[in-house]
Formats: sequence, structure tokens, C-alpha cells
Amino acid sequence: MPSSSLWRLKPYLRPHYGRMALMTAFAAAGLGTATLVPLVTKAVIDGPVARGESDGIGVLALAALALGMFETVAALTRRYISGNLAIGLETALRSDLYAHLQRQPVSFHDRWQSGQLLSRALTDVKVIRRFFGFGLVFLVVNLFTFAIVLVLMVRLEPTLAGLTALSAVPLVLLSRRFEREYLTISREVQDRDGDLATLVEEAAAGIRVIKAFGRRRLVAGRFEDQARLLRESSLEQVRLRARFWALIDMIPNLTMAAVLLFGALAVGRGDLSLGGLVAFVSLLVLLVWPIESLGEILALAEEASSAADRIFEVFDTEPGIADLPGATTLGESAGRIRFESVGFAYGDGASVLSGVDLDVAPGETLALVGMTGSGKTTLVSLLSRLHDVSAGKVTLDGHDVRDLTLASLRSHVGVAFEEPILFSSSVRENLLLGAPDAGDDEIYAALATAQADFVHDLPWALDTRVGEQGLSLSGGQRQRLALARALLGRPRVLVLDDPLSALDVHTEALVEEALVRELRGVTALLVVHRPSTLDLADRVAFLHEGRIAAVGTHAELFERVPAYRDVLAGDLEELVS
Amino acid sequence: MSTESLEAWRGIAAEEADEVPAGVRSVLRGRSRSLLASLLRPHRTPLILGSVLVVLETAAKLAVPFLVQRGIDEGIPPLLEGRPPTTLLAIIAVFLAVVLLRALLEYLFLILSGRIGQDVLFDLRSRLFDHFQRLSLAFHERYTSGRVISRLTSDVEAISELLSSGLLTVTTGVLSIVGISAVLVILDPVLGGVALVMFPAVIALTVWFRRRADVAYRQTRETVALVIIHFVESLGGIRAVQAFRREARNQDIFDDVNGRYARTNLRAHRLASVFGPGVSGIGRAAIALVLAVGALRVVDGAMTVGVLVAFLLYIRRFFEPMQDLSQFYNLFQAAVAALEKLSGVLDEAPDVAEPDAPVALALADQPGVDDHPGGHEIRFDHVRFAYRTTEVLHDLDLVIPAGQTVALVGATGAGKSTVARLMARFYDPAGGQVLLDGVDLRHLSDDALRASVVTLTQESYLFSGSVADNILFGRPGASRLEAEAAARAIGAQHFIESLPGGYDTQVRKRGGRLSAGQRQLVAFARAFLADPGVLVLDEATSSLDIPSERLVQRALRVLLADRTAVIIAHRLSTVEIADRVLVMVDGRIVEDGAPSELVGTQGHYHALHQAWADSLV
Repeated sequence: MPSSSLWRLKPYLRPHYGRMALMTAFAAAGLGTATLVPLVTKAVIDGPVARGESDGIGVLALAALALGMFETVAALTRRYISGNLAIGLETALRSDLYAHLQRQPVSFHDRWQSGQLLSRALTDVKVIRRFFGFGLVFLVVNLFTFAIVLVLMVRLEPTLAGLTALSAVPLVLLSRRFEREYLTISREVQDRDGDLATLVEEAAAGIRVIKAFGRRRLVAGRFEDQARLLRESSLEQVRLRARFWALIDMIPNLTMAAVLLFGALAVGRGDLSLGGLVAFVSLLVLLVWPIESLGEILALAEEASSAADRIFEVFDTEPGIADLPGATTLGESAGRIRFESVGFAYGDGASVLSGVDLDVAPGETLALVGMTGSGKTTLVSLLSRLHDVSAGKVTLDGHDVRDLTLASLRSHVGVAFEEPILFSSSVRENLLLGAPDAGDDEIYAALATAQADFVHDLPWALDTRVGEQGLSLSGGQRQRLALARALLGRPRVLVLDDPLSALDVHTEALVEEALVRELRGVTALLVVHRPSTLDLADRVAFLHEGRIAAVGTHAELFERVPAYRDVLAGDLEELVS
Repeated sequence: MSTESLEAWRGIAAEEADEVPAGVRSVLRGRSRSLLASLLRPHRTPLILGSVLVVLETAAKLAVPFLVQRGIDEGIPPLLEGRPPTTLLAIIAVFLAVVLLRALLEYLFLILSGRIGQDVLFDLRSRLFDHFQRLSLAFHERYTSGRVISRLTSDVEAISELLSSGLLTVTTGVLSIVGISAVLVILDPVLGGVALVMFPAVIALTVWFRRRADVAYRQTRETVALVIIHFVESLGGIRAVQAFRREARNQDIFDDVNGRYARTNLRAHRLASVFGPGVSGIGRAAIALVLAVGALRVVDGAMTVGVLVAFLLYIRRFFEPMQDLSQFYNLFQAAVAALEKLSGVLDEAPDVAEPDAPVALALADQPGVDDHPGGHEIRFDHVRFAYRTTEVLHDLDLVIPAGQTVALVGATGAGKSTVARLMARFYDPAGGQVLLDGVDLRHLSDDALRASVVTLTQESYLFSGSVADNILFGRPGASRLEAEAAARAIGAQHFIESLPGGYDTQVRKRGGRLSAGQRQLVAFARAFLADPGVLVLDEATSSLDIPSERLVQRALRVLLADRTAVIIAHRLSTVEIADRVLVMVDGRIVEDGAPSELVGTQGHYHALHQAWADSLV
């Protein structure tokens, strides 16, 4: 039977147990009623029609009508309930999956293809919904039907009943083989579907680059190759299904042939009455649909099962970065930051930082200088735990950041990334991300500091939707909004990762002038590529090959450290010579 | 959508790409039907073959009760008379043959219909993807990547469900219904009439269903797109989400769109749960009616019992395919809503379209040809351009001779990037024309244009794959050695070789494994490998540290020597390698000259240069 992953969905079914019972009851009732209608027909023909009188026809016809209507209402109710169950389950599962994904650290999202995540949240969840809304109920009802009909058969004619029961053997054998193969191929189809979604996502997000290089045909070719792979495994799935269904549909008919043969011979020997055989055959007819539909239900079950596997792969990934049990909430922060023998390595073993020691006093502004790829961004992202250290520790006010609740830690640390991320919502919403309670006055102040007064000229000012689904802003405008966002709420600690790279020199100078005031009383880590920004810093830490090579004022380092000079020197010829 | 005005957080935007004006629904339906027809047309022969198979398979299926009846009526009497079971065995033999035949037919039918379905899906996917790639940047900016993904995943899936459920059941369904109706009327016109009275009821129910399902399924398409958009966008920006503790807010928004999707789904589901059982309920009522009227007619002597029994048997067979059809119709409605969206996309004409008869560019000015300045001449002739209603460029005239390196400077919003985008024909000008070697860009084939003009932006988007894969994107036919040479040429080899896998290191989603500066270096190597006649650099060095930038500049001096280049940069260090500087203010060129010349004047460039020089100390 379906794998353990489906069982693990039990918590999602628990609120629906009542519904499931009702659905099964209605399905059984519907099936039962359907078998009664022929009896009414028989009563009409054997009764009033045989007697040649019209009395009783009306009553019996009304009975047929009533049975028919009951069956209809039963079906309608069952399907109505199944909608509530299946869609309720689907929605809850998707919501939990999203919540889980939001808790996953940045490294998880770097690793997982976005299309694979999307196909799990949409397609896989939908397959599971279909199994629980339809498949499971009929699996139960069919097994019941099989059992009940078999009991009736045994009472009627044990030998033929035994013969019929034997048909379960090939059924079970066939199903088990099918299950194994089908599970594998379903998984492959779902994985390839996710890969295809990934290609779609990348092609949509990277459309500018594709257009800039005129690589339409290249990406379309890749997409077609992947779509062809998906088509191949889907066809494999079709072939497997076709073989299984064709074989499984033979079983009730072959049983029928055997029953007819041996039953007729028994009638010939006088062991069975003709009426008995007819009755037996009509019972057997009741098994045809339950057996034939088993093929479809099992296929659905296997698809749901591999879909559940895929979803639990995500659920089973523990968010590596989460609140520890008993994590402290840091109410107020003085803003003292210490990096103690901090090391960081990627999953592939590449070491980025090692033995980093840094002490940043409350209110101090420390600039981080280093070559591209020297680990500056990684270092500052350890503070707000977007990544966790591989060795050593980072402390805020003496607390290891891993001992603090994420919510309190991150409420004290404002961040502006080099690549500003804006969401498709109003400017106000984007700015208030980290400080939901800030008033418009504070927003205007932050905008003024970040030289982002262009917001006033937007068509709906603060209410203008920006981001992918809104007005497109230039790189410099986005960066200034991201800076304003980090400043809002006046966090004790500010991490500014090269936040002015897209600004022109004039604007940059204005922002820096305003930042000097903002940084008073705030501990700040500043990732810097340009000498101009260094004016803001009290001290500079020079990061070289994953280590802190030197700490001091800009002038000192410039004087003492040749490598530092190389990184910041203004003249090309100096480097070349 | 009107509901969105309730959500202040989303902010206000000028347009919603997905809105369907009420008046054009019939147009939409027609359009989606013709899309379906065009998808199925190439499979006409397999479809006919499949229909034949399914009819035969149904016949074989229906032969079983008949054979059982023969077995009992003709196989048993000889046994009772003590004769050998020859007839019985013969019937059993036929029975077995029929069972085997049916299995074979079923197998073939399932394979065939599955293949048609998969072929149609493949065709649809390829067409859609290719079409999306053809549509202009302006379209993509308006439509958003989330919607593109939604179209290519969840909408295609709705159609896949229709196809896999058996497009061909329609054939048997319709055939059975027509055939049985005829038989019923021939058997007994009066009773036949009574049975067929139910037809109008089925039609009325179908019309009711279609009206509502039309709206309901369209809503599911729109709400699922919202789910996808939010999912993709919020998880794409996970760094900001977590740094600013936006998880709870995001969850609210997700639960809202997810809930809306659930509600529209439920609405559609409920319609279907009335429609399907409703059709079969009408069938049950028909049986009761036929039973009553038929029995009365038999009692009156107007009809035989046999006819009544046949009627009752047939009428069941009559409503079974009707139920199949209702199931099919339900899936069809869902697919039609998806087809509407897809046909809408496919009908979208690329507004920056390729010409029907492209003009060829002269070959002479390829880089490296003797005594000829490499690159192409670029000319802006009375160019005007506006985003929505704001005009950004006003009547711009500009000639950049072949081989010249031009720097565009000016404040944010002065129109520099717009000039770059027009040069790369990401947009077409609203007035005037942009010419490459005297040829209007609109007359060039996409291939010719992209081979000649390559733009590098500060975005430096990387695809998942290895570093080498990303460099090779610049010239897919190039060898690995050429890719490495390109990386060396711009000074990216040091960092690449220090990665654990060197050039084979996987850069992960969006190049997340690399730093912003490293991504820019890879993007530079990619452009270097592409080796275009015109290179447009739009803030392409903003994330580089000074040594990397210097290496890049050194490479540029060599690289740009024999081609045309346009450089947009805030850092004037990059500008210094230019032959000529253009200062832009409010969409106009206000200063034009060699850098050394302009520094001497008291104009904008002088001021910028002064500020930049100050920033270096």
C-alpha cells in the first residue's frame, strides 16, 4: 500500500475525520441504492405487468424515482463534502509548506531550485488533494463492496465464491508490482516537472540577459530538451498505466468466464440451479466496477505518495537557523558586537572566513574593506544570522547571537543589502518592513537621509506600488529606498553592505553627509569599496583572504598596509607598475 | 480586480495585466477554442484512429453481458440433456478471445491517447515558451515573471488534466447517445419520446453550469496566479524577508491569496458537484418515468414486456455516457479558462517585433579588419521616448562613429539608461529612429542585432549552472578554452580558480554562491566572449572593488580599441578611458567633448569630475 509519507499526512486529515466517515457512508449508500433500482424494475415486471393491472405501477415508479433521487442527493452531498475536505487539506498543507520555507535559511534557498519548490507547493499538493478527495474514499468503499459481495457469494455457492476470491491473488500480485514501478516513474515525472518549472522561472527572471545576448533560441532549446524529457517520462508513465489497467480490467472478466464455465458445468451436474447461477453472475457483475476502478485509484495513490515524499523532503529539512530552546529575548541592546575566532565555510568545503576576531564598541562605526569575494558580505550576514558561523561565535552585548531569539536579534539589526530587494507592494509597505509602527514623519525623515525624496514625485507618492508588479525604479532609486528601510525604526545596529554603489558621486556625498548624523549612537558595520565612504568610519578592518589582516584608522592602514593600499588606491598606474 | 483596492499594502499601480473586460468574453472563448483546435489539428489521424479503437473497445466491453447470456441460454441446455459441453466451451473460447481483444484494444487506446496528450502538451509548452521569449521587455515588465510562470505551469497543467482524462471519451459518449436515442425512438416512438423529454433538462442544466463555471474557473486561474506570484517573489527575496522579520506579514498575505484560491476552487468544485450528480439524477428520473409509462403501455397492450426491458437496459446505457460527458465538460471548462489565458498570451503581438524582411549589416566593419575602425556607427535621429506618460528623451540627435568609446554621464533619471536600452532595442522609440550603420534597428533581424550589440547591466544575472556555463552563455559555440581566456582577459581567473570546483563550480540559484562583485566579473567575461561590434555598459562595474575595476578597465582599453562602446558609469574612473563624454540632463545632451576638454570648462562635467576627485581621498 501507499508509502509512509501518506500516513504522515494524518495530522492534516484529523480535522476531517468526520467528513471522511460521512463521505464513505454516502458513497456506500449511493452504491447500495443503485443496486436496489433493478429490484424495483423486477417488481414492476413480475408484479403489475405480469398480472396485467395498472395498480401499483405508480407506487413502484415513485419508489424508483425516490431511490434515484436519494442516490443523486448522496452523490451530490459526498462530492460537496469532499470539496471541503480536499481543498481544506490542500490549503493547509500549502500554507504550512510556505511557512516552513520562510523559516529556511538563505543557504537552503540558494541550494533549492525555485521551480522544484513551486511544483511541490502547487502540483504535488494538488495530487494529494485529489487522492484524499476521491481516491481514498473509493478505495475503502471498493474493499467493502468486495468483502460484502464475497460473503453473499459464499452463502450462495462456496466453490464458485472460492474461485472468485482467487481472483484477488493476481490482483494483489499485479498491484504490488505496479506500485513499485509506478512510484518510481511518478517521482521522475514530478521531478522533471519541477526542473521544467525552474527553467521557466529562470528564463522569466533572466529575460534581460537573454535578450541582451539574443539567446532566445538557446534557452528555448534548453526548455524544449527538458520538456522532451518530461514528455518521455510521462509517456513511460502512460505505458505503465496502460499495461496495468488493461491487465487489471481483464481480471473480473476472466473470473466471469471461469464462473460461467464451472457454474454451467455444475448446473449440468445438477449441483447448482440455473437461478442460482444467474444470481451468482449478477453478484459478480457488482464487482466489475470496484475492481476496474482499482487501477485508477492505485495510480492516484502512488502519485500522491511520491508527491508526499517530495513535500516531506522539504518538511524534513530542519531550518538550520532557528530559535534554540530557551533562547533569550534581548529587550534593549547596547550594540556591542564581537566576532570571536569566527570561521565560515560553504557546504562544498570552501572556506570563506577563518579565525576572525573583531570587537566593535557601542556607537562605533566599523568599515570592512577587502577584495571582491574576500568574505565581507558573509561576515556581516553572520550578525543577523542569515548564515550561521561554522566555527567560533558572534556575540551581541555578550550574548552569542545563536542564543537570542531571531525576532529580537533581527529587530536590533537593520540591514541594507548591496542588491536592494523590493517587494511588489507600496513604497510605504516596503519601507515599514522592519518597523511596522513607524509613522509618516519617521518615514519622511528616513527618506530625507537616504536622499530618496523622489518618492514624493511618484504618481501616488508613498502609496505607489513598486517592485516587480509595480513601477520600475532605477538601481540607484532602489538602493536609496533600501537604505531608508534599514534606517527606519532606528535599530541599535546597522549593517550597510556597499549600499551606495549605484549612486552617483553627488548623491553619494549627500547621503554620506546625512548618514553621519544617523550613525551617531548607532553601532554600524559598513562594507566599503570606495575610499569616499570611509569618512563615515571610526575604524577600518581590512579583510584579506578570509582573515582580518589589519584594523585601524584609514590613514594608519593606508600608511602601513600595502595590500590595503592596493585595494583602495585611486590610481591605475600604481597597480600596474 | 476590484477586491484589490481593499488591500492598501499592495499600493496603487496604473494597470492590472490580467483584467478581462466583460464585453470580450465571447471573443475569448472563440480564441481559446481556436487555440485548442490548432493544437489538435496535427493529430487528426491519431484522433480518428483512437476514436475507432475506443468504439471497438466499448463494443468488446458490451459483448460480455451478451456472451454470459448466451452461455446460460445456449451452453447449459446441452449439459442438462447430458450432451458434451461443446457449445459451452465454444462460447467460453469466444469469451476469452473477447476479453483478450478488449485488453489489447484498451492498451492500444490508452497508449495512443496518452501520446496525443503528451504531444499536444509539448507543442503547447514550446509554443508558449518561445512566444514569451519573443515578447518585448516592456511586456515582461508589465506582465511580471510570476505570471509567466503561472501560465507555463499551472495553466498548462489544467489542460494536461483535460487531455489525460481522455479527450476521446467524447466520441463514444456522443456516438452512444445518438445511437441509443435512435434505437429508443424506433423501438417505441411514444416511450422514446418520453425518455428523450429529459434532454432539455440536461441541456438546461448544462447551460446553467457553463454560465457559472465560466466565471468560477476563470477566477481560479487568476487566484492561482496570485499564489504563484507571491510565492516566487517572496521566497526570491528571502534575505530581506528574514533580515526584516517579514515572515508573519508574508504568511498573512500568502494565506490570504491561498485562501482566495481555495474559495474560488471550492466554488468551482461545488458547481461541478451539482452538475455531475444532477445529470445522473435526471437519468434516474427518466428511468422512473419510462418504468411508469412503459408499464402502463404494456398493461394496455400497446407494447411488449421485452420492449420495456430493452428500454430500461438501454436507458441506463444512455445516461452513463452522459455522465462521462458531464465529467469531461467540467474539465473542459477548467481547461477553457486556462486556454483563455494562454491564447491571450499567444495573441499578444511582440511590440518590438522582428522585421519580416530584415536588412543585412555590412560585413566590412567587423572588429580587426585592417585600417577600418571596428564596430558600428550608431545614430539617434530625432529620438523621443516616454515611459507611460512621462517623456524621458526629447528629440535626441546623436552620432557615435564606429570605433568610438563614449561615456554617458549625468544624474539618476537623466535618461542615460534609456539611451542604452534603445541602442539594444529593448524598446522602440516613440518618435524618430535609432540606426546602426545607417540601418534602422527595426529593420535588423534579432540575430544580427544581438550579434552586433551587447548590453551589460549592473544586474549581472547568472543562471544556475557552472561558472563556465555562464561565461559560455555569451557565445554558446565557444570552447572551454575560449571561455577561460575570456575570464583571464578581464582578470576574473584568480577568483574563479580559487573556487573549490574552479570553472565547474556551481553558482547556485541566481549565482548565490558568488559575491556581487564576482557575479559582475563573470558577467563581464560573458560579454567579452560574445565579442560584439558594439558594447553597451550600463553601470556594469558598480559592485567591483577598485583593483577588479582597474583590471576590467585595463581589459577594456584593449577590448574597446576596435569596437564601438557606450559606457554609463557613476564612477568617473571608468569614464577616463572614453574618447568622448556626453553629459545628459533631463533627457538632453548638454555637454559633448573629449574628457580632457570638458574638465577645462566650467560645466557639469567639470563639477562631476571635481566631486569624483574629492571622493578619492
